Amino acid sequence: MSDDTLTIGRLVEWLAAFRDAVTEQRAWLTELDSAIGDADHGANMARGMAAVMDKLDQGHPATVDELFKSVGMTLVSSVGGASGPLYGTFFLRMGMSAGAVPSLDGPALAASLRAGLDGIVARGKAEAGDKTMFDAVSPAIDALDAALASGSSIADATRAAADAALAGRDATVPLVARKGRASYLGERSAGHLDPGAASSAILFETLAETASRT
Amino acid sequence: MKKLINAPEDVLIESLRGVQAAHPELSVDFENRVIYRGTPKADGKVALISGGGSGHEPLHGGFVGLGMLDAACAGEVFTSPTPDQMQAATLAVNRGGGVLHIVKNYTGDVMNFEMAGELAAADGVEVATIVTDDDVAVQDSTWTAGRRGVGVTVLLEKIVGAAAEEGRDLQSVLALAQKVNDGGRSMGMALTSCTVPAAGKPTFDLPEDQMEIGIGIHGEPGRHRVPLAPAREIAQQLVEPILADLDFTGGPAIVMLNGMGGSPLIELYLMYGEVARILEASGVTIARNLVGDYITSLDMAGCSVTVLKADDELLGLWDAPVNTPGLRWGL
Repeated sequence: MSDDTLTIGRLVEWLAAFRDAVTEQRAWLTELDSAIGDADHGANMARGMAAVMDKLDQGHPATVDELFKSVGMTLVSSVGGASGPLYGTFFLRMGMSAGAVPSLDGPALAASLRAGLDGIVARGKAEAGDKTMFDAVSPAIDALDAALASGSSIADATRAAADAALAGRDATVPLVARKGRASYLGERSAGHLDPGAASSAILFETLAETASRT
Repeated sequence: MKKLINAPEDVLIESLRGVQAAHPELSVDFENRVIYRGTPKADGKVALISGGGSGHEPLHGGFVGLGMLDAACAGEVFTSPTPDQMQAATLAVNRGGGVLHIVKNYTGDVMNFEMAGELAAADGVEVATIVTDDDVAVQDSTWTAGRRGVGVTVLLEKIVGAAAEEGRDLQSVLALAQKVNDGGRSMGMALTSCTVPAAGKPTFDLPEDQMEIGIGIHGEPGRHRVPLAPAREIAQQLVEPILADLDFTGGPAIVMLNGMGGSPLIELYLMYGEVARILEASGVTIARNLVGDYITSLDMAGCSVTVLKADDELLGLWDAPVNTPGLRWGL
């Protein structure tokens, strides 16, 4: 078709950028998690992604399925909390969808991300409006699909996804949490940004940023 | 932040080293962060594992030993442990009679233990799971992930631990665990927040003249913030919702007045006196009790009350010998 693809090298760069971003923003993520959780999201994500990159820096697999499987397993065993199984399952399912290929074109990327989202739903049973990472990830993937369908490049489509993730994240502010630790706060969870949605928005922002590199 | 620690990121591992040094009768796996009984139980008996975030000590690591848990998996502070930890523990403690996973109802704990159960099944070990959800603080279950698992977890680990030691099979042990969970209710409150080492400051701000009713055990804010009140009124605010939720009259009860970690024993006993008075006036017969720090939230000042409907069977199992750092009697 075209060579508008994300190579394995580019995908590893994405993961490194995500590691850098969550490490840089760990205090903010933790602060979000203090307001409506137990104040550990920043530390957990930074620790998990550090473990992911420590492993990948020693040599990454040649195919996308093995790459994301490795990422998923590492996150499951190093993040803990609710984010570990959720992000872990997300990447494990992405890998399963991608298959033994050395790169992803637009449709393959979209299919992988959607498989990842389905994994989050299966594991966490969240729905739209529950005030979770779903509220950022789901609109992001819808935006990606729409952009690709109208002929956008991966760079432009991932940018649309990142913008949608950000909007989805911000839309969690007024919501009353129905899942996870924030849900015990009831009405008091309203007025706060969901930390899982925030880290998911960072995931899509770093994807867009990496995909636009030449 | 003033704590008896070195670097915040080393708190867990260094504390585990201290546990091993203090308790040679336990066996600590530092790589997987699991605390094991030093002497495994007899072949064929059901093994019990639990686990959760660190910061709730003595729960769960302090309850490993004869008559209680076979292993406890330690997550980072207030973070659930990961499936590979539970998988390692499950395989290690299985004596051929299967393994009971005791899980507190928090999203992270439930998901990680669920993944661990999937891994154990793949390894051919029979695993049964009990999820504790005794907290009455959450009022509208439509909008929540269900009730949180708190104080009854301690009582359950003791009672079910005794049953496993007796030689009951996995299905009986699970049924007993269900009975204990169904018969227990808890309510907690906080005078202060707590400070997670990695965060460096209190998780939430609680003004001097206010208290938080309905707190969980992770420093997450509770359901209601109310003006500070004397102990007798606090006792009322904790006991009322418990008694409104389940009828504890007509039989013996086991009562735990639990410290959240930052309140001195002199206050915990004072609170127990108030709570016992209210319970007895409401027709509840207290047959056994625990007063002290059993399921804590680091340095949070505050307490929780747990009431468990008991009977001769449960009292017999309660009185059975136990030898753990956190509970020791009948030896």
